[in-house]
Amino acid sequence: MATILKADQTLDYRGLLCPVPVIKIAKAIKNIQVGQVVEMLADDPGAPADMQAWTKQTGHQLLDSQQEGNTFRFYIRRMK
Amino acid sequence: MADEQTQAVEAGSEMISRDLLARIREEIRQEVRAELERQKAERPKRLALVASKGSLDMAYPPLILASTAVSLGWEVGVFCTFYGLDIINKHKLPRLKVAPVGNPAMPAPLPQIPMQVPNIVGMLPGMTELATKFMQSWMDRANMIPIKDMIDITLEGGGHFYACATTMGVMGVNKEDLLEGVELLGATAFLDFASEADVALFI
Repeated sequence: MATILKADQTLDYRGLLCPVPVIKIAKAIKNIQVGQVVEMLADDPGAPADMQAWTKQTGHQLLDSQQEGNTFRFYIRRMK
Repeated sequence: MADEQTQAVEAGSEMISRDLLARIREEIRQEVRAELERQKAERPKRLALVASKGSLDMAYPPLILASTAVSLGWEVGVFCTFYGLDIINKHKLPRLKVAPVGNPAMPAPLPQIPMQVPNIVGMLPGMTELATKFMQSWMDRANMIPIKDMIDITLEGGGHFYACATTMGVMGVNKEDLLEGVELLGATAFLDFASEADVALFI
């Protein structure tokens, strides 16, 4: 069952391959406030591992990672 | 040295046993080690790349890694040497090419005709340009960002592109030929930078 999380912003990165989603989210996260949540959509098969690694390296929080068909949905909280 | 210190301590009004002194030394060592670990954990990670190839296909790997690393908050330095200097040469960057000759990995240009270009055909004039056009169209279709954008993202993210000073001399490249923001560096200074790197790769 999909968790219901409230996002302050949604970013659709479907159709983009590595490293473009990571480059874009790294810029976009600066446009929300610390503590706010961004919802990100992607269909790059590498995205789940990439987003886990990106949040680990940057210190932002990956609240949830879901999959619906070929689409991945990530909820990321800006931590700093 | 250790004995002198012990004697000095013993000469004082209070007697400190060698055992106690050894324990104090060990505790200090542990403190210093822990502090060094803390400092290491606090400083950003560092990526040191050597980009040595000047073909379009070989420009992607260092630029993808560099632009990704700045997106992770890492320090990045790309040392462009020999043909890799073309990647940061403003005259050559827009003209990087991929060769169909001697490249067994080159996919068939047309999906409808599943046949690779034979080397003898690839030798014909204009075939390198054609192969380059095909590669650019694959990249566009995959929504890949242009290589110049990856360079800009890396620079904006605080990354460095270092032009190998020796290669510039050997190949007759001037500072004015290089993209804005590129720095000149020698092998010694790059190794100094790379010696503190968490990830170092030669491409």
